[in-house]
Amino acid sequence: MTRWAIVADLRRCVGCQTCTAACKQANGTPPGVQWRRVLDLETGEYPEVKRAFVPVGCMHCDEPPCMHVCPSTATRKRADGIVTIDYDLCIGCGYCMVACPYDARAKVDGVATKCTFCVDRIDAGLAKGLQPGVDPEATPACVNSCIASALHFGDADDPESNISGLLAENQSFRMHEELETGPNIHYLWDKAP
Amino acid sequence: MTSLQRYWDARAALNFILGGSGSGLIIAAAFVQPPNPWPVAAGLALIAAGLLAVWLETGRKLRALHVLFNPFTSWMTREAFAALLLFPVGLGAFLTLKFLPVAAVLALAFLWCQARILRAAHGIPAWRAPQVVPLVIAAGLAEGAGFAVLLVQTQLAAALLAIVLIGRMLAWSAYRAEVTSEALERAGKALQLGALGALLLVAASFYVAQAALLAAALAVGTGWWLKFSLVTRAASTQGFSLPRQPVRGTR
Repeated sequence: MTRWAIVADLRRCVGCQTCTAACKQANGTPPGVQWRRVLDLETGEYPEVKRAFVPVGCMHCDEPPCMHVCPSTATRKRADGIVTIDYDLCIGCGYCMVACPYDARAKVDGVATKCTFCVDRIDAGLAKGLQPGVDPEATPACVNSCIASALHFGDADDPESNISGLLAENQSFRMHEELETGPNIHYLWDKAP
Repeated sequence: MTSLQRYWDARAALNFILGGSGSGLIIAAAFVQPPNPWPVAAGLALIAAGLLAVWLETGRKLRALHVLFNPFTSWMTREAFAALLLFPVGLGAFLTLKFLPVAAVLALAFLWCQARILRAAHGIPAWRAPQVVPLVIAAGLAEGAGFAVLLVQTQLAAALLAIVLIGRMLAWSAYRAEVTSEALERAGKALQLGALGALLLVAASFYVAQAALLAAALAVGTGWWLKFSLVTRAASTQGFSLPRQPVRGTR
């Protein structure tokens, strides 16, 4: 099986927001709506303050709470793990928005919207025999645009994939794992011991 | 790094407020002696008003029937189905009281679905706590019993109000032990003090009948305030956290 995922290397991200801009350009999201954001997180207290930039967005969870609560079945999960929204079914009730622990959704023109992992690029690329995560034409816009090579995209179920290699060579965590949603954005924070 | 959710506002809160009270009133009607059809009618009207309010919040109103598409996992769909069954059966109960027990069961199902809607919202810690289910149910029952007292003014209805108020106090205590929310402090205190006051007034109503009306108003008002606060003011998002700091450079 294929399970598309993003790996974000927190050691490399410089918070330039180029991924945010690339996402907006690629997906035409309206002002104020950002499917890909980069958080600027400060932790600790003076003088032991640390700062990290954390790219966030839809985590395309293995067990997406948004899908389970959706009354219209507009939110679905594809076999390759990508969580999609059918804009023709969505009633804009907002239930998915309060169910998502990652604040990843926004209402646009009365329906819920969110990051799609640039599913159109992936599907079109695969149809051409390209490899998402390797060939830019088949890779999400945010990953392509990253100036620091902090973002990587690939198949988490393929042990030979680019991101499986990164996950094996480094220590990582996922956001709010305790909620058991199985998010598919992995954050690298250090080399493997 | 949390923020208050802005997706569900007072219109969604009204569904929980009016729907909870309406379903509680239909349940209370099944216990009121002599049986009276008017609490059932009032309960259905309250539920309808709540559903109308939440419908006004949807982004695509003409697609309202799509709410019925996911009974397998969505409590919102299940709530809609419970309402679809409750309205004809409730109308039947209004016309002939032999349907009242069935209507009461369906009203309980509706109330249960409302409570589970909040429980399933994983993004809001104040809602996803398991204790929110008994709290919302107890609040709906107490408000319904309060309305029953206002409508039929019998000692039995007042006694029923006292029982469910004790249940609501226990449910709030259990919820409060699990969820800490500054936004709920005032409404929570009002809920408990209001319940205590209402219990005293119910006791007094055995001597001065009108005291039961004040008890009912207290029970309803404090319950509504709590639910409004729970939906619109205590609904902070999960936010983000950084369990590990990136290790950069040499160590």
